[in-house]
Amino acid sequence: MTLFYALIALGSLALIFGLILGFAAVRFRVESNPIVDQIDTILPQTQCGQCGYPGCRPYAEAIANGDEINKCPPGGEATVKKLADLMGVEAKPLAGGEQADPVKTVAYIREDECIGCTKCIQACPVDAIVGATRQMHTVLIDECTGCDLCVEPCPVDCIDMLPVKETKQTWKWQLNAIPVTQVD
Amino acid sequence: MEKLIDQIKQGKVWSIPGGVHPPGQKLQSTTQAIARLPLPDKLVVSLKQHIGANGKLIVEKGQQVLKGQALTKPSGNWSVPVHAPTSGLISDICPMPSAHPSALPELSVIIEPDGEDNWCELNPVPDAKALSHDELVDIIHQSGIAGMGGAGFPTYVKADTRKAIEFLIVNAVECEPYITADDMLMREHADGIIAGIELMQQLLSPQLTIIGIEDNKPDAIAAMKQAAQHNDSIIVQTVPTVYPSGGEKQLIKLLTGKEVPNGSIPADIGMLVQNVGTLFAVNQAVYEGKPLIERVVTVTGNTIHKQGNVWALLGTEIKHLLDCQGFSPVPQQRVVMGGPMMGFTLPTVRIGVVKTTNCILAPDHQELAEPGDEKACIRCSACADACPASLLPQQLQWFAKSKEYDKLNEHNLFDCIECGACAYVCPSEIPLVQYYRVAKAEIKEQQAEQIKAERAKERFEARKERLEREQEERQNRHKRKPATKSDNEKQKVADALARVKAKSDDTDSKSAVAAAIARAKAKKQGAELEPDNSEVAKERAARKEQARKYKEQKALEQGEESVDKDDKKSAVAAAIARAKAKKAAQAAEDNASAETGAAPKDDKKAAVAAAIARAKAKKAAQAAENQTEAEEDSAPVDDKKAAVAAAIARAKAKKAAQAAENQTEAEEDSAPVDDKKAAVAAAIARAKAKKAAQAAENQTEAEEDSAPVDDKKAAVAAAIARAKAKKAAKEQAQSDDSSQQTNDSSAEADAQPQADAPESNEDKKKAAVAAAIARAKAKKAAKEQAQSDDSSEQINDSNDEADAKPQADAPESNEDKKKAAVAAAIARAKAKKAAKEQAQSDESSEQLDDSKPQVDEPESSEDKKKAAVARAIARAKAKKLQQEGNDKS
Repeated sequence: MTLFYALIALGSLALIFGLILGFAAVRFRVESNPIVDQIDTILPQTQCGQCGYPGCRPYAEAIANGDEINKCPPGGEATVKKLADLMGVEAKPLAGGEQADPVKTVAYIREDECIGCTKCIQACPVDAIVGATRQMHTVLIDECTGCDLCVEPCPVDCIDMLPVKETKQTWKWQLNAIPVTQVD
Repeated sequence: MEKLIDQIKQGKVWSIPGGVHPPGQKLQSTTQAIARLPLPDKLVVSLKQHIGANGKLIVEKGQQVLKGQALTKPSGNWSVPVHAPTSGLISDICPMPSAHPSALPELSVIIEPDGEDNWCELNPVPDAKALSHDELVDIIHQSGIAGMGGAGFPTYVKADTRKAIEFLIVNAVECEPYITADDMLMREHADGIIAGIELMQQLLSPQLTIIGIEDNKPDAIAAMKQAAQHNDSIIVQTVPTVYPSGGEKQLIKLLTGKEVPNGSIPADIGMLVQNVGTLFAVNQAVYEGKPLIERVVTVTGNTIHKQGNVWALLGTEIKHLLDCQGFSPVPQQRVVMGGPMMGFTLPTVRIGVVKTTNCILAPDHQELAEPGDEKACIRCSACADACPASLLPQQLQWFAKSKEYDKLNEHNLFDCIECGACAYVCPSEIPLVQYYRVAKAEIKEQQAEQIKAERAKERFEARKERLEREQEERQNRHKRKPATKSDNEKQKVADALARVKAKSDDTDSKSAVAAAIARAKAKKQGAELEPDNSEVAKERAARKEQARKYKEQKALEQGEESVDKDDKKSAVAAAIARAKAKKAAQAAEDNASAETGAAPKDDKKAAVAAAIARAKAKKAAQAAENQTEAEEDSAPVDDKKAAVAAAIARAKAKKAAQAAENQTEAEEDSAPVDDKKAAVAAAIARAKAKKAAQAAENQTEAEEDSAPVDDKKAAVAAAIARAKAKKAAKEQAQSDDSSQQTNDSSAEADAQPQADAPESNEDKKKAAVAAAIARAKAKKAAKEQAQSDDSSEQINDSNDEADAKPQADAPESNEDKKKAAVAAAIARAKAKKAAKEQAQSDESSEQLDDSKPQVDEPESSEDKKKAAVARAIARAKAKKLQQEGNDKS
């Protein structure tokens, strides 16, 4: 008989706590950021398609579905590392064997060679090229992600990818590289 | 609050955590008064010497400037101007190495002093008390004053703060070793500094002003106390000598015991800190009207003979400072801008002094030894003890080395003031500050990239959305279009059928369209049926009669205008010819030839023609004018017509340039006799334009066929055609216009037969129609840019002309019948071709063209054959319909 009392007591306790927990789970549910969004924020959003997907979001979805994390050359090693942390997998070197720390570039249109075909405007994923038919085009450097997508369609090859110019604001101290100059 | 002020007034000084006591090294530079230097050979004034945006350049290369003249105009936020430090010539404005550890080039104005040091007009304000807040702030702003303690924060921004300021703190601590610029300034210009303080008090109205001076500057303390005696609200507070008590937040803690919270500015807690140098500059700007063009710079170090302070004009090259003070460099000499703790080694000494340059240190090797190799951290925690910001330098260092930027943020890396106290005490000689600087830069870069990525994502998504929307719109359009079209077609077919039925019931109410459809249907069935369409013929004849009457009436109307036909006309023509002759001298030859070619009675007309020809030849070498010319050779009945044609031709020639329309127009306008000639000329001209050489022979042949009067005309045409050919050869085919040009040529093709077919005596109507078509065409052509004689067009053109030639040759016998038939045939063939070439777009016009020649066919009285055929067809149709009706019933 005592056995029954014990079972009933424990059972009712379990039921009560179960109900409380169940209510709390519904009532105080924390809306967590879905994994795809988290991956998407890590990706550099160049929308360059070098991963083989048409943009960063599709690649984020692919990673969430188990694709490799090392297909993003613009992100470099830093992105791979962050993705590895997030996904709980081993960080790998970049798939294409690109340099770990990619040089940031922006597109530059040699304007006197531009024939105004608008092909690059159509190719730009972030609408960073302005121009009109038979008018010369130009790149909004601040908006350019350096994705290279405009270089290929240009029929006259007037687009260069130039490294981003260093300014005092973007200049970084170099460790152990304090310059020593002979004073004249 | 009262208690705090009382405590401060009683001389209470709080303490800061950490701090170090490096050797002062200040005595060697305080032995002499602040020296004046000879003018340098050139001054390199960087446009950006502060935190914030560049001013807008308002001088140009080669301009003479006076001392104190503004070189830039403030624009945008936190932008302060720079001024010419002396009078002289602006020899260049170009990027020059800047006073920054990177020495990255910064746009600078290079001034060659003229040695006269002429001041520009100054506006001193002796009675500053009368100035309003905004006026005072504006003076500070326009004088280009930025924080001279090191950061270069625009002073006008601080002075214009809207927050309530309780304590104005004057930073006269100058805690870094070697530097004595502020010390010497206080000793020599204490009154000026106090005047500057009072101006700031006027602006900010703080409860108390505290001047913090380290106790290693007794002379300065005495001088300041002396100067501030008259003002009770100014307290000179002596603080113990400890590095880095001169840091803004450290000084606030030291003097008031308050701490500036993480991420906020002193103004948030009612504090405002100003450097003594800045305050002196404010005083100069207000009371003497002098903008900030010079500052005190300590030039010191063991390699300098005359260590001391100098008044250095902004833009003076460091090299000049060193040379003036006697500089004997050692091998691997370092020149540091700023002090030994926080300064940076200059990559070159050809850098101009800026508003924040307080010290140039040229040490020898014993004085400031190169740092040794970094050794492992022994966790002695000396750095943590020394840190004035209560951070954990060794933790930060490890995180920085392993690039754990999140952890660095958690450990408040951005509260580090990079004072170097930790590195100074580190027994392992770890360059801690370097690690922090690198990590800070990395974090900043990542943040910037994150922001950029966000924006890129936004833009990408916006673009995607836009593309989808456009796609949808396009699809909708496609869907709608075919549907409406099929409806139209159905309607048309239904109409036609209804009409045919009506015709079978009641022949009187037959329309031309119905007849045409009937004919076409009959043709399809290919039946040779007996002609019985007298009804139709009658109807048609009646319609024709009406049309003719109308035409005649119109002709009469126009004819009435020209009473005494040739006189008036010739007068007008002569006037035009004269005007034209004046304009175009070069085409004299053409003129002459045309004139001689003309019949004697048509002299004036010929002159007009020649004039027009000249004007046109001048414009673009288009063949068209020849036709106009040709026209004028014709019988007097054509005079009016010719005049109209000439007018149209002129208008067209003036407007622009498309050869085609002029040509067609001219052709159309011409009289029957000249049509041939005109067509031949046009055909040859165009064919020649394409084929270039061989056509010339054909032309001459054709010409020879015609009357001798046309020889000269033809020659002119040939010449112009040649010019055209040359032009065509020059212009390369611009392929993207081909479709439009195809349209063009087909339109032309349509126009020609149409015009040629109804060759009756009444050309006016025709001419008008032709002109209208030509104008429409011209409009279309004007839309297209490059008229680069596309090959396809040329082919079409030549085809058309090939067609036109026989057509023109045929009616030599004065019989309209044959001609009309040929014209109709050509028209039909062309219509068919056009239908093939063009998709659906020109459908309506095509149909129009189709029906016209058909209507015109039986125009003449002797078109029996055709009429018979038409009748047969119509009859066949009727019969069939009747049969069908019978069967059904």
